[in-house]
Amino acid sequence: MNRRAAVLLAMLAAALILLPAVANSYVLSVATLILFFAYTGQAWNVMMGFAGQLSLGHSLYVGVAAYAAAGLFFHFGIGPWAGVWLAMLLCTALGAVIGFLAFRFGISGVYFALLTIAFAEFTRIGFDHIDWLGGPGGLFIKVEQREHMDLLDLRGPPQMFYYVMLALTAGAFALCAWLLRSRAGYYWQAIREDEQAAQALGINTFRWKMLAMVLSSALTALAGVFFAFYYNNLFPEQIFHISRSIEIILGPVIGGVGTLFGPILGAAVLTILADSITELLAALGIEIPGVKQVFYGVVLLAVVMFLPHGIWPTLARKLGLEGRD
Amino acid sequence: MALLEVEKVCKSFRGLRAVVDASFGVAEGSIVGLIGPNGAGKTTIFNVVAGVLVPDSGEIRFGGRRIDGLRPDQVCAAGIGRTFQLVRPFAGLSVLDNVIVGALKRAAGVPEARRHALEILEKLGLGARRDLPAAALTLPDRKRLEVARALATRPRLLLLDEVMAGLRPTECDQMVEVFREINRREGLTILLIEHVMRAVMALAQHIVVLHHGEIIARGTPEKVVRDPAVLECYLGEETEV
Repeated sequence: MNRRAAVLLAMLAAALILLPAVANSYVLSVATLILFFAYTGQAWNVMMGFAGQLSLGHSLYVGVAAYAAAGLFFHFGIGPWAGVWLAMLLCTALGAVIGFLAFRFGISGVYFALLTIAFAEFTRIGFDHIDWLGGPGGLFIKVEQREHMDLLDLRGPPQMFYYVMLALTAGAFALCAWLLRSRAGYYWQAIREDEQAAQALGINTFRWKMLAMVLSSALTALAGVFFAFYYNNLFPEQIFHISRSIEIILGPVIGGVGTLFGPILGAAVLTILADSITELLAALGIEIPGVKQVFYGVVLLAVVMFLPHGIWPTLARKLGLEGRD
Repeated sequence: MALLEVEKVCKSFRGLRAVVDASFGVAEGSIVGLIGPNGAGKTTIFNVVAGVLVPDSGEIRFGGRRIDGLRPDQVCAAGIGRTFQLVRPFAGLSVLDNVIVGALKRAAGVPEARRHALEILEKLGLGARRDLPAAALTLPDRKRLEVARALATRPRLLLLDEVMAGLRPTECDQMVEVFREINRREGLTILLIEHVMRAVMALAQHIVVLHHGEIIARGTPEKVVRDPAVLECYLGEETEV
């Protein structure tokens, strides 16, 4: 990172920290949503962007983690900071099972993507039949103490959720920046570029792909726990749905797969644009179902056609943020 | 005992006998050439040694230890580095990062691997291009990168699969000089497949000739090129001796 990039990053961090002081609740909710997608995009990017393994089923980890933490809280009053461990454990185990099945038996590319979709889909159907967790009717956490900041139970005002999500996003960013410069980062990128050549250089590709898988699912689990306590309601039909998985990957795809800042930029661009168009249409009194999805499609198409590597690489070059001092 | 021993190795693909009963050894510190017309089974032998393919029968020993059936990464860990006939650079990574990936095999961490990688790039004349993406390199430079990456794993035996193909004679001579130097200074053992006879004659102390999967001749370069069986199988082929 050169000096210019460091200064800009510091300014962005400061602006994000100060934002709740000036933003109204609407802006804050949009900002929280951006951070949520920036974070999940970052987690997904570890698998696809770094190690080249396309997951189209990341809603699985968001959902399982959300249900695990919410279930513990709902039935036993166990707070999210304890629940998060169970959530991460379950998601890591799931990631390991999917990874083992795929990598052990040489399933890769689109077939791997199909496998990840399949797991998310049958989990969605499975959760419809778990009455203990509300089944198709949903699981609801009691909304309370909105003014009082109770970090331990993750109950509090929107500002608290914003800062929790900001901390998670910053943490994931730092972790990914470090990973990319470590042995794991080099090995993952080698596997992404050419797996057979990577193997010939002594890389146990099975082991390193498993690590990417497990790490990505564990990171995504944190977002799931946040989701449960932020929205307070969970429906299998929504949380495990493939459209959720797609939403997670759109940020990094638009921002730049494999880049550190791409997921953050992509999440911001998409969320802000989607929200403005929703607002605009509401102001004009036009009500068209599915317009948001059409809009996503158009933006995705434009980016793929004009910026096949995402917005960030081009933007970084234009702003002179590449290279070292 | 030779460093690499290939003993009675057979490999067929759906009835096509690619390698039949091949036996040869590569002595420690030597340079051995593996030649033969297209489709003779040279690359199959390489892939069997490198762990990409498992032989149908026969044994491969490296330093006295059985290595047939090991995975490619385990073969690399045992001390065999290889290049690919069709170069396979990590296109999206820089030249330096390509070599760092190889160097990490024997390095404690990234800084050490980087130092080692820079040394190797200098040795192969790629130092000035280290920050370019590998995709931007010309073919001769990609071949050099392929060699640099394999060397970075600090192999005891280097398998070179047609690294001279596509090089101009002067570039070829430079490459020959690099291998001679490494062989003399560091005692690196080399087994090379090569079509460019100019390079084979200059490098190899011992040549093994394959034809239709069988070894039809072996010996010093001078002896092999006069062998009637060798001349016959090459008849009609373009050879620049």
